[in-house]
Amino acid sequence: MIRSQRWKGAAFTVPFQLGFVFLYLLPIGYAVYQSLYLEKSSGLGLGGATTEFVGLDNYGQGLTDSAFMGSILRVVLFACVQIPFMLLVSLVLALFLDAATSKVASRFRIVLLVPYMIPGVVAAIVWINLYSPEVGPLTPLGNLFGFDWNFFAPSMVWPAIGNLLTWHGIGYNMVIIYSALQGVPRELFEAARLDGASELRIALSIKVPFVRGALVLTALLSIIQMLQIFNEPALFRNVTPQTVSDSFTPIMIIYNQAFNAANYHYAAALSVLLALILGVASFLFYRLTSREVD
Amino acid sequence: MALTENRKEDGTDNGTRTAAVPPRKGTVRRLAAPDPASRSRGGQRFLLLGLIMASVYSLFPVYWLIIASTKDRVGLYQSNGLWFSGWHLWDNLEQVFTYEGGIFLRWTANSFLYAGVGSLGGTLIALATGYGLARFDFPGRGAVFAAVVGSFLIPIALLTLPLYLLFSAIGLVDTPWAMLIPCLINPFSVYLAKVYTEATIPYELLEAARIDGAGELRIFFSIVLRMMTTGGATVFLLAFVNTWNAFFLPLTVLRGQENWTLNLGLYHWSGKKLESGIDVTSLVLTGALLSIIPMAIMMVAMRRYWRSGVTLGALK
Repeated sequence: MIRSQRWKGAAFTVPFQLGFVFLYLLPIGYAVYQSLYLEKSSGLGLGGATTEFVGLDNYGQGLTDSAFMGSILRVVLFACVQIPFMLLVSLVLALFLDAATSKVASRFRIVLLVPYMIPGVVAAIVWINLYSPEVGPLTPLGNLFGFDWNFFAPSMVWPAIGNLLTWHGIGYNMVIIYSALQGVPRELFEAARLDGASELRIALSIKVPFVRGALVLTALLSIIQMLQIFNEPALFRNVTPQTVSDSFTPIMIIYNQAFNAANYHYAAALSVLLALILGVASFLFYRLTSREVD
Repeated sequence: MALTENRKEDGTDNGTRTAAVPPRKGTVRRLAAPDPASRSRGGQRFLLLGLIMASVYSLFPVYWLIIASTKDRVGLYQSNGLWFSGWHLWDNLEQVFTYEGGIFLRWTANSFLYAGVGSLGGTLIALATGYGLARFDFPGRGAVFAAVVGSFLIPIALLTLPLYLLFSAIGLVDTPWAMLIPCLINPFSVYLAKVYTEATIPYELLEAARIDGAGELRIFFSIVLRMMTTGGATVFLLAFVNTWNAFFLPLTVLRGQENWTLNLGLYHWSGKKLESGIDVTSLVLTGALLSIIPMAIMMVAMRRYWRSGVTLGALK
C-alpha cells in the first residue's frame, strides 16, 4: 500500500478518533483525576469548601466501604444464580428449535423473541405491575394455589428481578446459541445416529460442545451487564423504596454519591474501582473458560 | 414431517409409543432428509410442548399489558386481570396524550429524535471507521481497534458521570445535544462495520476503482456505502434500539421534563403514586404499550438485518 493511501485510510477513522477522545478518554481521565481529590469543608461547613489532593484515600475508603462491597457481592451472588439458569433455559430452547422441523422453528423463534423487542425499562414496569398485589394477576393466582406470596417483600426482590431479567434475556441468548448450532455439520448427526446414538446423546455430546464458544460469549456479556445493573432495581425502588435501598447495586451507590450526596470525588473513585473489578472479572472468566478447551 | 423411523430417541418420551427398536448397525443408509433431528412423533410432541410453554411465558406479560390498557382504574383494581372488563382503551389513549399538556407526545418525539438522528450520524461515522480499519493498513490501526474492543468493558457510570460534568461545563446539559453527541460514537457499531466491510468489500474492487482514477472519498461514498446497505441497516437498527432503550444516560444528563425520553417519562409516572399520591397506573400501562409499538414495528420490518447483526456480533 502506498504511503499516501495509508494516510487517506487513516483519515476515515479520524471523526471516530476525535469523538472517542472527547467522549471516552477525556471522561475517563477526568474521573481518575477527580478520584484523587476530596472536597473538604472548613469549619462548620458554612465556609467555602476546599479541594485537596488525597492520593488513593478515596480508593481505600471504597475498598473498606461495606455498603459498596456488599452491593458488589450481592450482585455477584445474584449473577451466579441467574445467569447459569437463564443460559440453561436458552440452550435447551435452542436445542429444541434445532431439533424441530424448520417451519416450527421459524415460527417459535419469532414468538420467543417478543420479550427482547420490549425496552428494558418498559419490561420492568410491566413486570412490576404484574407483581403488584393491587393490580397484578400473580398474587390472586398464587392465592388460588395456596401461595401467599408478596413479590415486594425483601426476600422476594431478587427472585422477582431475576425472573424479569430471565424473561427479557432468554430469546436473545437463544438466538445467539441457535445461530451457533446452525454451524454444526449435519453429517455428524447422521454418523452418530448410524452408530446408535440417541437424540439426547447427540445433543449433549455433539451439539453442546459445539456451541461452547457462544455460551461463553453470552455468559460474559451477561456478567458485564449484571455488574452494572441499575434500571430494574431503580424502577423497583420507585414503587417499593422500603425493600430496595438506595445502595442496592454498585451503580445505584455511585449515582447517589454523585447526585444526591454531591460527593463527586468519591463517586469517581468508586466508578474507577468498578471498572477495574469488571475488567478483572471478565479476564478471569475468559481465562477459566478458555483453559478448559482441549 | 416426522419420519417414523425405528430409532432410539431421547429418554424424555412419555411412553406413548412402543419400545424403540435399536437401530440396525452396519446398514449404511443415506437418509434423504437430514432434518428434523428428532425423528419420533413422541419426541416432536415433547419439543412442541416445551416450546409452547416457553411461548406462553414469553407472551403472557404482553397479553396482560394489552388487556390492562383497555381498562379504567376501577377495572384495573377490581376485575380479573386475565380478561377484559369494559372497553376504555380510547379514554386511556386520550388521557395519555392530554395528561400534563400532552407531554407524552413531546417525549415520543424526543425519543425518535435521539434514536433516529443520533443513530444515523453514529452509523455513518461507524461505517467510515470500520472501512478504514478493515481495508487500510495505517500506523496506529491496531491501537484504534484495541480501543474499540476495550471500550466494551467500560462501565456506564465511569463514562456517564464525568461526561455529565464535562457537558455541564460547556453548557450542554439539559439540551438535546447531551443525548445526540454520545450517540455519534458507538464502538460496537464500529466493530460491526469492520466485520461487514471485511465480508462484503473485496480489495480487488478498490484497486480497480483506483486504477480508474476514482478518489478515495468518491470510492467510499459511491461504491462502498452502496455495497454496505445491508450492514449499514443492521448497524443503524441496533444503535436505534440501544438509544431507544437508554435509561442511565438520559437520567443523568436530562433534567427538565421537556427534553425527556419516553423511558424517563414512564419512570417518572410510575413513581408518582408514592411521591404525590396520584395514581396514574392506567396511564403508565397504556403509555408502556404505546412505547413498545415503534420498537416492534422496527424489529419486525428489519428482521433480516437484525438477525444477521446478532449472529455476526456473537460469532466473531
